[in-house]
Amino acid sequence: MTVAIDVAGLRKSYGKTVALDGLDLSVAAGEVHGFLGPNGAGKTTAIRILLGLLRADAGSAALLGGDPWTQSTDLHRRLAYVPGEVSLWPNFTGGEIIDLLGRLRGGLDAGRRASLLERFELDPAVKARAYSRGNRQKVALVAALASDVELLLLDEPTAGLDPLMEAAFRDCIDEERQRGRTVLLSSHILSEVEALCDRVTIIRLGRTVETGSLADLRHLTRTSIAAELASPPDGLDRLPGVHALDVEGDRVRCEVETDKLDGLLKVLSAAGVRSLTSQPPTLEELFLRHYAGDGPQRHETAAAAADGAQS
Amino acid sequence: MTTLAGTGPLTKLALRRDRTMLVIWIYVFAAFAGAAVYGFRKLYPTAAGREEFVVASNHNAALLTIYGPFYGSSLGSFTAWRDTTLGALLAGIMSIFLVVRHSRADEESGRLELVGSAAVGRHAALVAGLLVAGLANLGVGLVLAVIPIALGLPAAGSIAFGAGVALCGLVFAAVAALTAQVAQTARSARGLAIGVLLVVFLFRAIGDSVSASGPSWLRWLSPIGWAELTRPFGTIRWWVLALPIVAAVLVGLAAALLAVERDYDSGLLATRAGRPAAKASLRSPFALAWRLQRATVFAWVIGALVYGVGVGSAAKGISGLLGSAQVRRVVARMGGEANLTNAYLAALISLTGLFVAGFAIASVLRLRSEETDQRADPVLATRAGRIGWALSHMVIAVAGTVVILGVAGFAMGLGHGARAGSLGSEVARMAGAGLAQVPAVLVVAGLAAALFGLAPRATAVASWSVLGVAVLLLFFGEILGWSHWVLDVSPFTHSPRLPGGVVSAAPLIWLCAIAAALGLAGLIGLRRRDILG
Repeated sequence: MTVAIDVAGLRKSYGKTVALDGLDLSVAAGEVHGFLGPNGAGKTTAIRILLGLLRADAGSAALLGGDPWTQSTDLHRRLAYVPGEVSLWPNFTGGEIIDLLGRLRGGLDAGRRASLLERFELDPAVKARAYSRGNRQKVALVAALASDVELLLLDEPTAGLDPLMEAAFRDCIDEERQRGRTVLLSSHILSEVEALCDRVTIIRLGRTVETGSLADLRHLTRTSIAAELASPPDGLDRLPGVHALDVEGDRVRCEVETDKLDGLLKVLSAAGVRSLTSQPPTLEELFLRHYAGDGPQRHETAAAAADGAQS
Repeated sequence: MTTLAGTGPLTKLALRRDRTMLVIWIYVFAAFAGAAVYGFRKLYPTAAGREEFVVASNHNAALLTIYGPFYGSSLGSFTAWRDTTLGALLAGIMSIFLVVRHSRADEESGRLELVGSAAVGRHAALVAGLLVAGLANLGVGLVLAVIPIALGLPAAGSIAFGAGVALCGLVFAAVAALTAQVAQTARSARGLAIGVLLVVFLFRAIGDSVSASGPSWLRWLSPIGWAELTRPFGTIRWWVLALPIVAAVLVGLAAALLAVERDYDSGLLATRAGRPAAKASLRSPFALAWRLQRATVFAWVIGALVYGVGVGSAAKGISGLLGSAQVRRVVARMGGEANLTNAYLAALISLTGLFVAGFAIASVLRLRSEETDQRADPVLATRAGRIGWALSHMVIAVAGTVVILGVAGFAMGLGHGARAGSLGSEVARMAGAGLAQVPAVLVVAGLAAALFGLAPRATAVASWSVLGVAVLLLFFGEILGWSHWVLDVSPFTHSPRLPGGVVSAAPLIWLCAIAAALGLAGLIGLRRRDILG
């Protein structure tokens, strides 16, 4: 099997609030797939449909080749889930919860459990009510990562972790990739997705707006250029694909569409380059273009929708 | 910023969130007082009849334990006798729930963190909770005073009666404020405060029922006793009302002092470390459900045992009391027909059925709270299916009901049989009588399960309302002369009146069938619906 998750045209509303409005998502087996979107975009709703906790209104969803609604219990043997907001039984210790969830999933690797506890610096003898948010998140992470499953569904799993623990988390996901597991990583932290993911799907207002490998997506982005030249350049404003041009004497700042970079560099070197800094495109820019790029009005509607929608 | 900044807006918010619940509480108190005045007026129209009952009741240990003594034989004294201790108990419970809900429970849910980061002082939430409880008790006191006055009872006595109950509520608002500082969770804060409430109820019960040479001073240690010792409608002792005021202020101040000592969302009692790995047995949805509910089940079993032995051993004395024709009629109306001891025991068994229905509802509602607190999600994302998960809690509700009712009946048989000298036969008979209540309780539990599957958002409110209606029908239905069409709605109307009555299998089988159908409907509904996070 090569496709772990295959979602097409998925729709879900809660009363009048539309959470998913035709979502498409395809995750290949063995890849780490980033699932990006602002708060309220519908990431959690999509994951809960994949878990069979919610029933989609329309569209199709296949998970590990099965139907998440009708075959949920069989599919659940093969996956582990980390919710975004981890809430635990206050009277249980972290260790008890890790063991319980692992056993309910069908088994837990004791050695891996021990090493994960160490890496995440989690004390398993503490009652859940005494854990901080980050520690609650670690309990869910250890329980998921120590399970022997094919697919990990992680819903903003690092939201409460400190930078050190986030690094430990990244190492773990790298190992999961090497072990051939599939990971769906929902996040709004771009650096995390950039560092970990093979492919990315960006959603907004319940709809897929962009999907592809990071390299694919970079084609859609612009490189920032700042140059100091020997003489004022000529004809920059006539070049295709150059934006936000700012020329002050012999200093030039601009953004250029990545596939038009060559043309720009030719004009710059014709004028004599003294210094040049080029900033590679980041997901950040891609993200901002999708959410805020069309001016303040669209930004506001997106934010308002994000506030109103259930995440 | 003072420690009280923001108290006003928080109080308004709390009142807004609670407006329905507060109205219901106050309505319950109004019905409670109104039904007593109205019912006793119908039952004991003559002074001679009342006099007879008062003399007998003041010599009966069981009635003294539950209600306390009479201070006079007027209609007002009857109302105060019936409603003071139970009303004070109810007001205490209401206050405990209100205060904990607006202090520790809001800390746990994180709601207060959001509010606390705004301009809100350290004591604001606690004081807001106390203010809401204070207002609620003011409302309770007002309806308890106004309704008897409106029904023609003396004003002074009515005011003393309302004030006594309301001030007891206020004391327990302060007690809950204190336990909210000490306990580790909202749940244990409530539990501790209710424990204190039960202890002071016990103090009053012992103080009222012992002979003159016994420790009758114990009731002076009890806020519930103070409400009674004010002697509304008798020779009123207004000064006794100062005791709850002083106690509430002192305990409230202690709570405010302790509030400074503790951290947000943690009590003064430290959390102990637990086991670093789960026991081998914790591996199924049922094991999880049992772990979550076992403490409650054990508490109920122990409670049933103590309560059963207590009320059972009072049964023998009851025949001494029942010289009066009126009493005979009351008790016969509440339970069986043939023999008055049987009628007394049967009445208590019916009452136990209603209590245990509370357990059964709470047990099924655990499913709902697991769902809304988002603890169901991670479990349902494993190979544990919805049905197995829901059945686990439902099995505990059913088995718990059977065990608790069996133990309650058994204990009543133990208490009664030991004094009547027929231990073996009484134990078996009473355990059977307890178990005969099971089908009716299961109908209520089944209804809660059906609601959980089909109308999850309404589950809690609707289930408790149904139980409330069943209580009203059992206690007041016949006194108020409602038609049996109305009474038949309650499953408890169809339970056999045991011991002493005749058992026919048909209604019991019907009740079980209805309960099973309701439970099944709930499971089918659950399978088809969304899990709401």
